[in-house]
Amino acid sequence: MTNRLAWPVIALAALVLLNQVFRPDFLSLRMQDGHLYGSIIDIMRNGAPTILIALGMTLVIATRGIDLSVGAVVAIAGAASCAYIAASPEPASPVTAGMAVLIAVLAGLLLGVWNGFLVSTVGVQPIIATLVLMTAGRGIAQLITGGQIVSVSNDHYKSIGAGYLFTLPISILITAAVFVLAAVLTRRTALGTLIEAVGINPVASRLAGLRSRNIIWIVYVFSAVCAALAGLMISSNVTAADANNAGLYIEMDAILAVVIGGTSLAGGRYTLAGTVVGAFIIQTLTTTVYTLGIPPEVTLVFKALVVITVCLLQAPKARNLLRSLKAAPQPGTKEKVAI
Amino acid sequence: MSSLSTLTPLTVKEPSPLRSRMRGGARYAPTLATLGLFIAMFAVGAGMYPSFLSGQVFLNLFIDNTFLIVLAVGMTFVILTGGIDLSVGAVVALSMMVSATLLQQGWNPAAVIFLVLVIGAGLGLLMGLIIQYFDIQPFIVTLAGMFLARGLCYVISLDSIPVTDGFFTSVAQAQIPLPGDLFVSPGVLLALGIVAAAFFILHHTRFGRTVYAIGGNEHSAMLMGLPVTRTKILVYALSGLCSAVAGVLFSFYSLSGYSLAAQGMELDAIAAVVIGGTLLTGGTGYVLGSVVGVLVLGIVQTFIAYDGTLSSWWTKIVIGGLLLVFILLQRLFARKTA
Repeated sequence: MTNRLAWPVIALAALVLLNQVFRPDFLSLRMQDGHLYGSIIDIMRNGAPTILIALGMTLVIATRGIDLSVGAVVAIAGAASCAYIAASPEPASPVTAGMAVLIAVLAGLLLGVWNGFLVSTVGVQPIIATLVLMTAGRGIAQLITGGQIVSVSNDHYKSIGAGYLFTLPISILITAAVFVLAAVLTRRTALGTLIEAVGINPVASRLAGLRSRNIIWIVYVFSAVCAALAGLMISSNVTAADANNAGLYIEMDAILAVVIGGTSLAGGRYTLAGTVVGAFIIQTLTTTVYTLGIPPEVTLVFKALVVITVCLLQAPKARNLLRSLKAAPQPGTKEKVAI
Repeated sequence: MSSLSTLTPLTVKEPSPLRSRMRGGARYAPTLATLGLFIAMFAVGAGMYPSFLSGQVFLNLFIDNTFLIVLAVGMTFVILTGGIDLSVGAVVALSMMVSATLLQQGWNPAAVIFLVLVIGAGLGLLMGLIIQYFDIQPFIVTLAGMFLARGLCYVISLDSIPVTDGFFTSVAQAQIPLPGDLFVSPGVLLALGIVAAAFFILHHTRFGRTVYAIGGNEHSAMLMGLPVTRTKILVYALSGLCSAVAGVLFSFYSLSGYSLAAQGMELDAIAAVVIGGTLLTGGTGYVLGSVVGVLVLGIVQTFIAYDGTLSSWWTKIVIGGLLLVFILLQRLFARKTA
């Protein structure tokens, strides 16, 4: 196991242990009505949208970019699909649900192409290019829903976020599928290396004959499509589209998951597995707050402290400080361990 | 060809007077474009609605956006160094919560305001220290700061707390008369005073020049012996202080403290700074431009309020569109001057 995954895994293990100590049934799973139930399943199910978005965000960050618009894309995707179902002549049919999913994914594709166009072709800084959609996106989502919360009743649509397949929640399966797809595409083909090359040095990779423009375009489209899928999950879980609050601050959670997972915001090397661990840390943290009986209002304070701690642990300067403290009594031992 | 040009020294490097004048013009161009846009929007508004063309409508843009002006001033400093501060909205809310709670317990308003300013500046200073000494991206640190400040709001109270203190209510209702039946609120004078102070600091002090130098090229600034470390930390403390002032101004405006207040205000502040012509890469921009940026955001809202048929979400779409236009304009100017 590489060094960069060690810290996040330790942090997650510590959190799980803490929960286990305070609530002995934390790790237990039970079958009920053919579904698996338990805190772990809950964490995975509630964390699915964040994980999905964080996966897309990882690739974007690996190219030295950032995608602030994912929360807005979540809102637009949910609004578009729910508005379609609500307006269709057969709001309960599976075909309508399928079309709604298609519309949401297409919307994500389109918004991703837009972000990618601004970043790769026009050359706007990613943080600003996606800020445009972040600001305007919620307005567009409200435009689609007419400022109302559009609720739908379509069992097929509902199953995306709240349904079960093979005893597991479907949202977990979708997220796992996207993870495997992204991992295979980027690690079994050259794509992953190309993405890292663009992130480490855009100019050099372009001079080396790499079509960095297309690579950048691909990661933004992937990120937006992931966000659209997450939007489907969130809206189908509550069978309604809330243009104002769906996916609010989810971009922050996703970015935190990526950073906690060990991918540097400076671009370059990335780890999808680390991101998933990071997202689990964030979701488990929320659960821990309830387990420990801390009032839920404090969640954000708690989150802030954990984020700062993890970031400090990962900062090269803090690590060097720790290392020099450790190495001081027995110089030379640290290097042997590291190799 | 380009390698040859490095061998032919100096003769081509001296820019012609005309060229340098153009270059100077291009420097102001984004800000002037914003000003032009503002005037044009005001003119269109005056053409469409007769009551639009009044001094009070113009002054209301200031009265309704005092806090945003102060926020944009602080944000301009941070962005000029090439950083970003996402915590400002949450610090505004925290300032409001703290002052509302303490006033309810009968504290002296002066002591409350002083404490709020100390908290804001302290939070900013803390973030600056972490950013500088641990070399973590401003984005992440100020994001954590945002969570912390917003979380502290929730810890204080989940409910809206009314402000009934005599001093606060009298300031909230005070109107300073101007010639021609016009008036402004005391907050406007304070905000304009802060803008003037920021303008002076940015253009007439060493600190201000160092801010520009860091944004232009941090490494060069360090090699020149400028106090880069101190300046970068102070910039975040300044932004925190501005957020606290904005929080006090917002308390005057709304006479309450609510933990969900000022949500997304950091985006408005960043948008105002960008529309005002400050480059997000740092090094270029003017605090007066940011003020015009706030006025443009304000006039968009006034327009939508005057129209009556447009729904509130058009504000967001229009602001997003404006951001886009100005980013593209900046790209255009950046290419011309490069």
